[in-house]
Amino acid sequence: MTDPTLTPLAEIPEEKKAPQDDRWSTFLRDLASGTPLRTFLAIVVAFAVGAVLIIVTNEDFLAAVGYIFSRPSDAVSAAVTAVGDGYGALFRGSILNLQGDTFAQIVRPLTETLRLATPLIAAGLGIALSFRVGMFNIGGQGQLLFGAGFAAFVSFQVHLPFPLHLLLAIVVGILGAAAYGALVGFLKATTGANEVIVTIMLNYIAFYLISYLMRTPVLQDPSAGGTPKTVAPDVSAQLPPLLGGGFALHAGFILVIAATVLFWWLMERSTLGYRFRAVGLNPSAALSAGINVNRIYILAMALSAGFVGLAGVNQALGRTAGFTPTVDAGIGFDAITVALLGGSTAGGVFLAGLLFGAMKAGGPAMQVADVPPELLGVVQGVIVLLIAAPPLVRAIFRLPAPAAKIPRVRRRARAAEGTVSK
Amino acid sequence: MTTVLTAPVVHTVTEVPRRWKTSIVLAVMSIVAFVSFGLLGDDRKATVVWSDASDAIALPDLPVTSRVLCLVLGVVMLALAAFSVWYTMGRRRVPLWLIIVFGALFITSLVMWTGAGSKVPVVFLLAGSIALATPVVFGSLAGVIGERVGVVNIAIEGQLLAGAFVAAFVSSITDSFTLGIIAALIGGALVSMVLAVFSIKYLVDQIIVGVVLNALVIGLTNFFYAAVLSDNSRETNFPGTLPAIPIPLLSDIPVIGSVFFDQRITTYLMFILVPLVWFILFKTKIGLRLRAVGEHPLAADTVGINVNRTRFWSVTLAGMIAGLGGAALTIGSVGAFTREMSSGQGFIALACVILGRWNPYLAALAALLFGFSKNFRIFAGQTGSTIPPDLIAMVPYLVTLVAVAGLVGRVVGPASAGKPYVKQ
Repeated sequence: MTDPTLTPLAEIPEEKKAPQDDRWSTFLRDLASGTPLRTFLAIVVAFAVGAVLIIVTNEDFLAAVGYIFSRPSDAVSAAVTAVGDGYGALFRGSILNLQGDTFAQIVRPLTETLRLATPLIAAGLGIALSFRVGMFNIGGQGQLLFGAGFAAFVSFQVHLPFPLHLLLAIVVGILGAAAYGALVGFLKATTGANEVIVTIMLNYIAFYLISYLMRTPVLQDPSAGGTPKTVAPDVSAQLPPLLGGGFALHAGFILVIAATVLFWWLMERSTLGYRFRAVGLNPSAALSAGINVNRIYILAMALSAGFVGLAGVNQALGRTAGFTPTVDAGIGFDAITVALLGGSTAGGVFLAGLLFGAMKAGGPAMQVADVPPELLGVVQGVIVLLIAAPPLVRAIFRLPAPAAKIPRVRRRARAAEGTVSK
Repeated sequence: MTTVLTAPVVHTVTEVPRRWKTSIVLAVMSIVAFVSFGLLGDDRKATVVWSDASDAIALPDLPVTSRVLCLVLGVVMLALAAFSVWYTMGRRRVPLWLIIVFGALFITSLVMWTGAGSKVPVVFLLAGSIALATPVVFGSLAGVIGERVGVVNIAIEGQLLAGAFVAAFVSSITDSFTLGIIAALIGGALVSMVLAVFSIKYLVDQIIVGVVLNALVIGLTNFFYAAVLSDNSRETNFPGTLPAIPIPLLSDIPVIGSVFFDQRITTYLMFILVPLVWFILFKTKIGLRLRAVGEHPLAADTVGINVNRTRFWSVTLAGMIAGLGGAALTIGSVGAFTREMSSGQGFIALACVILGRWNPYLAALAALLFGFSKNFRIFAGQTGSTIPPDLIAMVPYLVTLVAVAGLVGRVVGPASAGKPYVKQ
């Protein structure tokens, strides 16, 4: 006879694991199913918070507050003007410049938005991929630097005719970043090292390694002296401009559209994507289903870094001059917020990238209007904070909880059985 | 039926596997040190400077031939590595003191090799390391407390930055360092409270809230820096620095006095907080409760501990400590606030938490290693060393990576860190 107590004992570890996996999956499902309405409301609230900040730091408003009881209209009008000026400048700088004389001047802000959104979308897709596999890739900065470094190396150390050279630089850049990402997956799979810490450390390692290489003949521009700076890419390796010389928008945007479609196909239609999602939803179940989870971790991190690497390639080849180790410009970290806002789906990340790109494009115009563009950092932060906490947005706007009914019924059923203690 | 109960239980004795990782790492490091610092080392003399002219008791400078000393140290390190192999052969863990002594010898060897042909200012190396490590130590203490109660605190970076900002701002406008430090405590606590509310009440993934909070605090401080501080920096961002408070008599001791007893209040607070946090966590009833909440919240709940309340207040307290670290960044060091001045030190603190195995002493030691490496870069620049500065800067991160993947490996932290607790 078998010992009857053995069976439940053997099951305990499985049960223990369940809540964590379940929480991740709930979270991801929440993200993916994040209703457009909720996202929209989060954006509205964030811009409202931004408006408050504009108002309380506006000098005219602060002056008018001094005599608010005698003439309140002054304070109100100062506040409205300040917010209108600030957000008007943002619109003018990122979408349409209605003060422009020619058509080119009017639409130039929009093309700038697309150009600045390009690396954000690519890197956002990469981070989104890691989210879908239940991993947290904070190493965007390092992977982007690696992609840029490899692409830059090919772009001036190798000399080939136009389409071939560009293609080679792109592929090498992406592969370089992917190999770097695979290292993270490898360390997680073999030693169990936490990928959050590993990717953070690799950010610094990549930064100093690339800085070092930019001081050696491998990457350094001989005319740069002691400062780390790369040689400008050969013309044959530059991403060609899309709309002629008058606009800075280049073919990197086309690459990113292709990457978005590829991401969609990979995650929603391919077998590999199915395995990725299975591991993301429940690694132990995926393991039982015969999926080699460790291999998926390595592959997913490699692909994730590959997408981020595309952002690096875009930064390295979408210019006519060399670059310094600060080429990342915060994109690696912004990508995390882009992926969160986009719900880790292809379309969502694309739209989120456009929004954040617009904020980057509109910054200088806001500066001119005397509103610090750093405000947009706050707006971005508030947006993702609200997106990350669906219950909070629901509480602010008194929206109904989507799945509230089921647990309530269950609780009642359990209460009826008398199993609920409190 | 009874036969089943009385059946003899066969204990299969499985031998504990030998863990070679530590020994291998120590062996490789000792060979590197022995060969490159010793055998291939520098024959010039490194002059060890113990004290500067202003010290009450001056010790004479000590010139040492770099290569000879490094050879001796290398032999000792080889012996320690052999000792660790002996431990491993006996299926025992390599003791921690051995690793720490080894690390200290390796660093001495590295410094003496780099300093060949010039001066080795001991006080500068030690005091500078402590000063640079201070914010990281505070941050890692916050991380240790948070993870011990089951909340992963990625927002240390944001807490440091918030603390740094308000410390500089409030000190400037009130002309009072006391108020500045109090404001830093509150600033760090506020960031922590948001983290706590979102992760405990709204059950949002703690890592995500942390990352988002960092972005938010960076945005807020950048905005207020641009909108308020930079317009009128004389009145809003000119706090000056905390005065050094020499402790009578003790500060006159050569070397030790200058390093430990002639510091700012933030550094003294650090010296007090590290053992205090350790004592509370591991030697008091409160600490036991905190750890229980982090290890097995259900069990803690069953014996009547309010899990979520404990987590909330612990994380808030941790935020205050991190805020203090922020104050150390501004008024405890350079004075004025600059954009994103925490520059990733919160993430380093997080690495120190894991490197230090969730123990305040070890985490502080890991933070000190980071401080030293930063300081070493300055020292190497002064001696005209040929090692590329970028590679020196990379070493601590590489060490952390190796440690997390190899030496620490599957070291298990608090079991419930990162998991919200929902009362059934």
